[in-house]
Amino acid sequence: MIKISLIILQLLFFIGVAPLLSGLITKLKNNLRMRRGMSILQPYYNLIKLFAKGQVVSGTTSWIFKITPVVVISSALAAALLVPVFIFSTPLHFTGDFLALIFIFSLGRFFLALAALDTGSAFGGMGSSREMFISSLVEPALCLTVFSIFLQFGSTDISVFKSSTPISVSSIIGAIALFLVAIAETSRIPVDNQETHLELTMIHEAMVLEYSGGALALIELAAHIKQMIWFLLIAQIIFPVQAVDLSSPGGLFFWTGWQIARVLLIAGAVSLVEVSVAKMRLFRAIDFLGFVFVLGIIASICAILRV
Amino acid sequence: MESLNFTLLLDPLGLFFISVILLISLPSAVYSLGYLKGEYSSAKKALGWFLLVLFIASMTLVVSVSNALVFLIAWELMSLVSYFLVVFDTEHEKSIQAGTIYIVMTHLGSAFLMAALMIMYKYAHTFDFFAIKNACLLMPAQVKNIVFLLFLIGFGTKAGIVPLHVWLPYAHPQAPSHISSIMSGVMIKTAIYGLIRFVIFLLGVNSWWWGGLILVLALITCLVGVIYALMDRDLKRLLAYSSVENIGIILLGVGLSMLFIAKDMPYLAIFSLIAGLYHLVNHAIFKGLLFLCAGSVYKACGTRDIEKLGGLIKKMPQTAVYFLLGAMAISALPPLNGFVSEWLTLQAFFLGAFKLTGGLKLFLGICASLLALTGGLAAACFVKAFGIVFLALPRSNYASQAKEVSLSMRVGMFFLASLTVVFGLAATFIVGWLAKVAAAATGIDISRMSFALNNLTLSLKSVKNVYLSSPLLALILAGLGFTVFIVYRLLSKEKTLVDNTWDCGYYKIGPRNEYTSTAFSKPFRIAFSFFLLPYRKTQKIRESFYHVKSFAYETYTTPVFKKYIYKPLLTWVLGSARLMRRLQPGSIHLYLTYIFLALLLLIIFMPKF
Repeated sequence: MIKISLIILQLLFFIGVAPLLSGLITKLKNNLRMRRGMSILQPYYNLIKLFAKGQVVSGTTSWIFKITPVVVISSALAAALLVPVFIFSTPLHFTGDFLALIFIFSLGRFFLALAALDTGSAFGGMGSSREMFISSLVEPALCLTVFSIFLQFGSTDISVFKSSTPISVSSIIGAIALFLVAIAETSRIPVDNQETHLELTMIHEAMVLEYSGGALALIELAAHIKQMIWFLLIAQIIFPVQAVDLSSPGGLFFWTGWQIARVLLIAGAVSLVEVSVAKMRLFRAIDFLGFVFVLGIIASICAILRV
Repeated sequence: MESLNFTLLLDPLGLFFISVILLISLPSAVYSLGYLKGEYSSAKKALGWFLLVLFIASMTLVVSVSNALVFLIAWELMSLVSYFLVVFDTEHEKSIQAGTIYIVMTHLGSAFLMAALMIMYKYAHTFDFFAIKNACLLMPAQVKNIVFLLFLIGFGTKAGIVPLHVWLPYAHPQAPSHISSIMSGVMIKTAIYGLIRFVIFLLGVNSWWWGGLILVLALITCLVGVIYALMDRDLKRLLAYSSVENIGIILLGVGLSMLFIAKDMPYLAIFSLIAGLYHLVNHAIFKGLLFLCAGSVYKACGTRDIEKLGGLIKKMPQTAVYFLLGAMAISALPPLNGFVSEWLTLQAFFLGAFKLTGGLKLFLGICASLLALTGGLAAACFVKAFGIVFLALPRSNYASQAKEVSLSMRVGMFFLASLTVVFGLAATFIVGWLAKVAAAATGIDISRMSFALNNLTLSLKSVKNVYLSSPLLALILAGLGFTVFIVYRLLSKEKTLVDNTWDCGYYKIGPRNEYTSTAFSKPFRIAFSFFLLPYRKTQKIRESFYHVKSFAYETYTTPVFKKYIYKPLLTWVLGSARLMRRLQPGSIHLYLTYIFLALLLLIIFMPKF
């Protein structure tokens, strides 16, 4: 019973808080650019607005287009259950590990790419092709990074990554690699740009171009959740926590505060990256992800040498 | 010369392969009822059935005999029957060409197998498996290495290891689809059986570089296979290249297992072999299914060219669902079967790296990451295959006239499609069975090993155990999906309008505006241009000097292996054949000298054997 309530709590947490993180990053970016920017709550307003609106669906599409938003959001939520938030262990500890999480993400992506092709528009095809291109190059870099982390902890179970050992060179490099992977996976600058609808550059936005109303809201919510998952994972690795007694109020308070602080730090880093570099040409992403791959190799070597 | 011994060896390894053969062959046979209808005359249909039965029987024989000579005979029978099935559509010139390439390559492989078996015979003085197994214990290490390499080339040709894969993309698409399904799903797996039976079971793994060599070859095979699959626009050839890729993934498991056997790590050896065999049966299921679906598309539309298809999800709704399941399984999406076996293979790499020392750790890590790259590319490939063939608008009349295929064909596809789900959810039971198979193959005692926490959850031994539960994952995904759907239905009250796809306010867009398969794979063509060496031909067709009427544009990729390995090899063979012809000038005196010399040689060398 506790377990089920924990699952529901975690789901509600992700649905409730994930948009806030996106709003915060946008706000930070705008402030860094010396603009006032929109409210932190803007993602919520957007979601509410979209839910209230009707949908326009292309007559070209099939049932793939209709089920995709549901598949995307449920795969994001399922992945969210594999990440530790309130306690060290994940609610679905026996269901899957870090690798399973990567596979679950690819489920949502697969359907999104199909839905984009389903519309019959060249924009959709373009987005679908580019998304699969970027994601297939992300895979090896991500896998090697997970490998380097695995070498330190001896397990791919996410709840193991809390480590009482002091932070190592390997986990710092690994976390940087994971950070760059997260940038590519959450379609941020320099790989993709969430703010533009320019057909020459857009990847994720091109895929969801035909979506409107509630369906679009579900896909956007899924993107927020995915971003939150990545940040929590990186936080888990780069800022590990010593064992805290979660039953005492002090421990709980410390844990919550630390959890929020480290995610905020990563959000700050993302906004700093977004305002300080320009979006790359699509094919420069090969070099970018190649660099991440090399970082993964370095992190693995460090892990092997135990530094 | 001993008499041929026809006793069968039905150990778990043999039985496993027999069940895989039957699991794919039976639905394919049911499918062929509808597929052959209206395509061939009744005499040819009878011939087709005869060859099909012979084919299935010969494959079953290959995996169940206990005598190396009988094995070789069964192997040849299988190769010959499959040759006749490849050239079944004799009216197509392509079939003849494909058949020729196939029969040459397959016999090249058989030659290596014969050489290996002869060396084994020299030590065992019999062809019986168990006598060979005992004799191999006394075989010197260097001879073992040679025998291993001969087996690797021999079985590698059949399995389609790069660069011996050239026949596969010719032969598999050219056969009738139910045969392609059996060939890709099962026949190439008999080569994996051969490797396990002869190298692991009989010969005994000697040194760890055997496994290392297989890993390297398997990775090259994976990547080359999937990159070519991604480029291809012929639906069945795409699937054939994807078979090359998947053979690579299976071999990763087998190679890892050999590595761990040599390093004396029984748990990991068993576990890696389980991963390899699991992927083997999974690939048999979803590749068999995908070939049957491709056959249905071909039957309904009359073309295999992806660029001419599209929109079939509305014309052939059931085939579309089956193809989607196959595509999802092959892209390793949870909770289907491909996901479980690919997860197991990755874990085998990870856990192995943790236990090994030094440079091998990094080697396995990089192997795992390249496997992940393969997985990503495979997902892209099947987004392309399903998206372009089944979604959006039909790109030609071929596709717009399509109709759903007959019942027997759908039954065959339905059976295999449901297996992709069953083999995904029943992971713990299947791993349990495969552990017995792996134990029989390696001779390792598994009574104290466990791979599952309970009936629902796989559990792998590590510093902290790793768990995976595909049924629970399926339940969660389905539960979440259902809840979201209900909540969404309750919340959104606004109506849904049906309109056109956004056309930039221009005019109604049609099939010409859709993305094509070639366009979809363009980023990959650029990223892998160092290997694919793409080039284009452009031509302006002019009405007059001033007016360009139309513009022809073609893009190609260079077939690297054909151009740089097989073409020169063929030229060399033909050239040396021309030289050899001088040996036969027609003079009877010279021939008598040859006979005399041959006799002399035999007299000198005979006692040595």
